[in-house]
Amino acid sequence: MTGSTPILEMKDISKTFPGVKALTNVSLTVYPGEIHALMGENGAGKSTLMKILSGAYQADPGGEIRINGRHVSIDGPLTARQHGISIIYQELSLAPNLTVAENMLLGREHKSGPMVDRRSMEKACQDVLQRLGVHFKATTKVSELSMAERQLVEIARALIANSRILVMDEPTTSLSSRETEALFALVQQLRADGLAIIYISHRMAEIYELADRVSVLRDGSYVGTLVGNEISAERLVQMMVGRDLSSFYKKEHDAHQSRGPVLFEVRHVGDDVRVRDCSFQLHEGEVLGIAGLVGAGRTELARLIYGADPRTSGEILLQGKPLSINAPEDAINSGVVYLTEDRKHLGLFLDLSVRENVNVNVLGRDARMGGVLNLKAAKDRAAAAIRALAIRVAGDVVPVGSLSGGNQQKVLLSRLLETKPKVLILDEPTRGVDIGAKSEIYRLIDTLARNGVGVIVISSELPEVVGICDRVLVMREGGIEGEVGGAGHPPVTQENIISIATGVREAAE
Amino acid sequence: MTSPNETSASIQNTGAAGVDTASQSLQRRLAWRSTLQALGMLPVLIILGVVFELMSGRFLSFQNISIVMQQASINTVLAAGMTFVILTGGIDLSVGSILAASAMVAILASLIPEWGMMGIPAALLAGLAFGLVNGALIAFAKLPPFIVTLGSLTAVRGVARLLGGDTTQFNPQLPFAFIGNGTLFGLPWLVWIAFAVVIISWFILRRTVLGVHIYAVGGNPDAARLTGIKVWAVLLFVYAFSGLAAGLGGVMSAARLFAANGLQLGQSYELDAIAAVILGGTSFVGGIGSIWGTLIGALIIAILSNGLILVGVSDIWQFIIKGLVIIGAVALDRYRLKGSART
Repeated sequence: MTGSTPILEMKDISKTFPGVKALTNVSLTVYPGEIHALMGENGAGKSTLMKILSGAYQADPGGEIRINGRHVSIDGPLTARQHGISIIYQELSLAPNLTVAENMLLGREHKSGPMVDRRSMEKACQDVLQRLGVHFKATTKVSELSMAERQLVEIARALIANSRILVMDEPTTSLSSRETEALFALVQQLRADGLAIIYISHRMAEIYELADRVSVLRDGSYVGTLVGNEISAERLVQMMVGRDLSSFYKKEHDAHQSRGPVLFEVRHVGDDVRVRDCSFQLHEGEVLGIAGLVGAGRTELARLIYGADPRTSGEILLQGKPLSINAPEDAINSGVVYLTEDRKHLGLFLDLSVRENVNVNVLGRDARMGGVLNLKAAKDRAAAAIRALAIRVAGDVVPVGSLSGGNQQKVLLSRLLETKPKVLILDEPTRGVDIGAKSEIYRLIDTLARNGVGVIVISSELPEVVGICDRVLVMREGGIEGEVGGAGHPPVTQENIISIATGVREAAE
Repeated sequence: MTSPNETSASIQNTGAAGVDTASQSLQRRLAWRSTLQALGMLPVLIILGVVFELMSGRFLSFQNISIVMQQASINTVLAAGMTFVILTGGIDLSVGSILAASAMVAILASLIPEWGMMGIPAALLAGLAFGLVNGALIAFAKLPPFIVTLGSLTAVRGVARLLGGDTTQFNPQLPFAFIGNGTLFGLPWLVWIAFAVVIISWFILRRTVLGVHIYAVGGNPDAARLTGIKVWAVLLFVYAFSGLAAGLGGVMSAARLFAANGLQLGQSYELDAIAAVILGGTSFVGGIGSIWGTLIGALIIAILSNGLILVGVSDIWQFIIKGLVIIGAVALDRYRLKGSART
């Protein structure tokens, strides 16, 4: 591999934004037929580097990009495509109202005379789809496809454009484990076909399974590259954060010893569509996990409990008293709060300041004369939150959209904590969050539990669930299929959770 | 390969020592920048004023400035209501028609012997009522604002004609004529009213919980709902407020003219109001904007009309130039703030 010519060399790439130097002399060398992972905390510069490669940004003068040994200048997305570079972003860029074929050939439609030649387009696309072994047709509308299938369309689009360099930015974020496996098989097949794949991910397990080499960025600089069996979690974490993370998962509260009375109870909650007859209890100071494959109904259940969607059956009790929750404000007023899995679209107000985002739930509580803002209280709360959660921000008037993922998540968490919740439902609390912030969020969950708050953690990352939860409910097809941890149940291990989640083993056996 | 660069390192580390100076200077910079953004069109306003002064030689007299402000006043009131609506990502096309209907109500009520002053509250209530209907259809029936207010643009225009029997209604003894023609401390009442509306709008938007909720709903309606904000209440409020502002516009206009005509009054006023809001830098998708920007936008529109007449440009060319200035000014603004704002 090292004997061949690199398909891509990026040398001394720097990028300065007004006031911030995002990249400093970063280099990256990628060979054909390799999966090259790119890692780093959020804000380390991975996305900026890839945007330079794709022509979305221009690098500062002084750097150089070579493709197959030839110097090229990528001045826009079109040139990037001509050089065989394709990028699959986290937020997919397909038009849902068009067909698969139309999306794959967008901007490069086949023509016969002045007319679009639909048949030849569909034929060409169908060939590629067959090569990928997918089940949908070129004539299917993208809106009918799942997230995983849409990703395949993106890959197919790259293949039909004859791309030789494929950048994948956290492609498994919204995939179930089965879909993830299928994607991995496909990525490995593409490697065998000689494509160079640059793979960005935060998940260690994926890096182990896929990567031939891993390059790490930190604070906009290149730290180093690990090859093959040099790759280990400890070394990567060390390279990414520049220090050692000895106790990553924090679990000092002990629910079994200090297990308080039942705090919160959900009885027979369902919506007749995606969630059926779910019942469980949550104790004071307990961290209860909800695991399951994507689509098992975990988020849907949380939204029913929180009043975000209408439920058709069941009751919800706090400290033995039934709650009447018909809208999110009812839940918040009773002390039940929910952290969304999609903080950008459903959580934060990106244009508003950190201060406003932290305070938005308690503005009414602090207000004077029935609605006049208490500016001082808001300022104090924001300052306290920034200190307590170590939010890295230059000031509380900064728009929250300009912060990194981990810091955005901390802002959203402080908003919930300002309401002094009794029950905290956290949906994917560490999604898209860098490793440093992850461990801080674990510590926060632990502290809350020690103070008697009931915490429910929904997570797709099994090591996380196993690491921080006392007890885990496993959901499958809209129902609670089983439980691990707690008396009379199998212990909390990844294997036990997976076997229940996939239906291999029935509950409580 | 190289040591971490200093800039990003210092940004990353502002959690420890030296926070105060760094964060204070950044806060100051951000505050300065948001002021700049709010006043974005102020240079255009000043340049237009200077150009018209140079061309006509009488633009910047106190008397003419007072006339310009008076001409801007009704549009400023409508645009203030429109600012609330556009901040939530909506639009209110019906303000011109509501103004006509409210003016008609004001004149008809002023004809009641002994109770002529009732024309003012009657018109305000009429405007509020139309606004509440718009708001209810948008907040509860979840119809798109464009469609709802396009419908009421036509329907309320019909109501205005119906009320007046499709003729012009006069009241030469209008008890509140001072509003349209009198002055207070040397400035027309109309100008004081417009300024008061701007101040009240600023207070609601920047100093109340409701104001933060308006920005939140405009910036991210889904998140607002999940945060427990009563989105329906916010929507109902902004359309009601816009209706009320149009009702006030109706009072101002009736007081100025001693008359109301259901067919012609307020025709296409909604477009001037929208233009003022957009010139003022308020984002058309909601969540970003300020009432001061709207005030400047309304003044630019008034200066253009007044100045072009002063320098003797024909009516037809006034239309063309006004349209081009609006497009050009917004384009300039977009270019200047490239990357930091969205509309």
